[in-house]
Amino acid sequence: MKDDNSHGAPRTVPIQSATFTNPINAEIRRAAATGIYDIRGGGAKRKVPHFDDLLFLGASISRYPLEGYREKCETSVTLGTRFASKPIELDIPVTIAGMSFGALSGPAKEALGRGATLAGTSTTTGDGGMTEEERGHSNKLVYQYLPSRYGMNPDDLRRCDAIEVVVGQGAKPGGGGMLLGQKISDRVAEMRNLPKGIDQRSACRHPDWTGPDDLEIKILELREITGWEKPIYIKVGGARPYFDTTLAVKAGADVVVLDGMQGGTAATQDVFIENVGQPILACIREAVRALQDMGMHREVQLIVSGGVRTGADVAKCMAMGADAVAIGTAALIALGDNDPRWEAEYNALGTTAGAYDDWHEGNDPAGITTQDPELMARFDPIEGGRRLNNYLKVMTLEAQTIARACGKSHLHNLEPEDLCALTLEAAAMAKIPLAGTDWYPGKPGTTY
Amino acid sequence: MQTFDLEAQGLRQLNATLHAQANDTNQTAWEVVNPRGSHAIAVGLDAPIEVTVKGSTGYYCGGMNKQATINVHGSVGPGVAENMMSGMVVIEGDASQYAGATGHGGTLVIKGNASSRCGISMKGIDIIVHGNIGHMSAFMAQSGHLVVCGDAGEALGDSLYEAKLFVRGEVKSLGADCIEKEMRPEHIETLRELLERGGCDAKPEEFKRYGSARQLYNFNIDNAY
Repeated sequence: MKDDNSHGAPRTVPIQSATFTNPINAEIRRAAATGIYDIRGGGAKRKVPHFDDLLFLGASISRYPLEGYREKCETSVTLGTRFASKPIELDIPVTIAGMSFGALSGPAKEALGRGATLAGTSTTTGDGGMTEEERGHSNKLVYQYLPSRYGMNPDDLRRCDAIEVVVGQGAKPGGGGMLLGQKISDRVAEMRNLPKGIDQRSACRHPDWTGPDDLEIKILELREITGWEKPIYIKVGGARPYFDTTLAVKAGADVVVLDGMQGGTAATQDVFIENVGQPILACIREAVRALQDMGMHREVQLIVSGGVRTGADVAKCMAMGADAVAIGTAALIALGDNDPRWEAEYNALGTTAGAYDDWHEGNDPAGITTQDPELMARFDPIEGGRRLNNYLKVMTLEAQTIARACGKSHLHNLEPEDLCALTLEAAAMAKIPLAGTDWYPGKPGTTY
Repeated sequence: MQTFDLEAQGLRQLNATLHAQANDTNQTAWEVVNPRGSHAIAVGLDAPIEVTVKGSTGYYCGGMNKQATINVHGSVGPGVAENMMSGMVVIEGDASQYAGATGHGGTLVIKGNASSRCGISMKGIDIIVHGNIGHMSAFMAQSGHLVVCGDAGEALGDSLYEAKLFVRGEVKSLGADCIEKEMRPEHIETLRELLERGGCDAKPEEFKRYGSARQLYNFNIDNAY
């Protein structure tokens, strides 16, 4: 027998299947035992081509660098210049993405507002309405207009600084949401006009419009209600970025927000998060191409999100044509989410720091994705705001460092020619030449 | 009575003028002529004024209304009185899709028929329809009342939360988790008041009540088809 070792012959070593990996097998066993699919928070965890697969070329004889500590590198961005009479002026092109009160605690929302305001940028409400914590502590607040319309009212619409019509998000393009009953406190229930303790579903599409022609009329209504003052963003998940961007612009968007599959959610099926949508790297250039084809690049601003972590990521987004980025998961980590200081408690929940994603269950040891008063009390919104501001400052400084090295006096002056790609996949998705070549798959004028 | 010619003066000026009316305005009665199916007429009002639209409108007439009374002497397009907070909107004719969608308060009266998804995701509004309503009405309706003096289309009250539905005529089918419920004396009284408010002379005893079976209230994989 081939594997018989009784005569001292070498035997085949056990080989773990690359298809049936331990995590896959564990999920099969979990599904078999429970009959329930897995719901979790966060974005796609699978490895996908990402910003790490791009590099900046820096300066050389053909490019003249700017002095790192002496010469200016601007970071400001104005959003909403197309139709709004009061565009948003931000000091830095890193904004805070929409995250709901309900999914997050009130103090966490306050901290996001504090940190964003200190850094000179905006924060965004979420699927639960506007809280006083975030309005009071956010100098620039974007009010999301979502299918559920939880907490939606004209007074908050008028006191926001911009309106973001959410068509989809990167973690689940085409999907709705669910805030499980254990996170429905009295306050959350009241804001959402539902009884305490029951699951609150968020629909996958808007209740009173269908398609881009309707959306154009919906935007007209929102502009009329708010006197044409507010920039109107349209947020889409990274599904068909060229066409979605085109249709958003056609519908009248001032700003397009494009969220890749690494962008987080408060709670969605794991199978949805990991298998629907595109990585943000594959979306940015297509959205920019759509804007350029319409002659709208820079007139309609583009905010991209989904896995932005560092100033290098910010600079790469800018170089590919984005006007700004949004961060969600990274902001929560800056506040203290998944911090190893809570490792013992993560272990007690069956997980570990860095992997905790059951945000929907409301047991967050860091006190951020919870409505439990005892857990919430662990989180200091002032300290959280300070940490977020620090993080945003570092990202900005990092992005400036790279831009100066590329000879750019404004982050928006970064361009695709400043980049090269490390892999064929990244080259194809980002339409950036493979390192050492002037070619990427699908490059116009090439036949291969 | 102030008269506003929408065709001549334009939508922006109409809404800006109506928005400028304060709670203590003396100009409480407004008439809008030549609406010609325009969208977003009288949206976002927030004063105790009365606006009469002489003709039919497009999308979102009376959207997000607070305090104001809006009468439409014609029919309305999709999303009439969407997300209304308070006040009253009365339609003399028919209403298209999504009438009263996500409304948080106030009263919407439709003297004709309403199309599909009437009262979708309603959150406290009271809707009284003298005629029939279309399919998928009161989908995910959270609170408030939907009164239908005629018939209701397919899948009434699908995924219903705590809104109360009263239908006098035939219901083609009920949506998931929507069931017929006992009409107790307190419901008769509630309905009597709603009918009176809606200018409807139907008898409350002729209606059936529908509400949530509350079987979808907590996550269960069997509901996730």
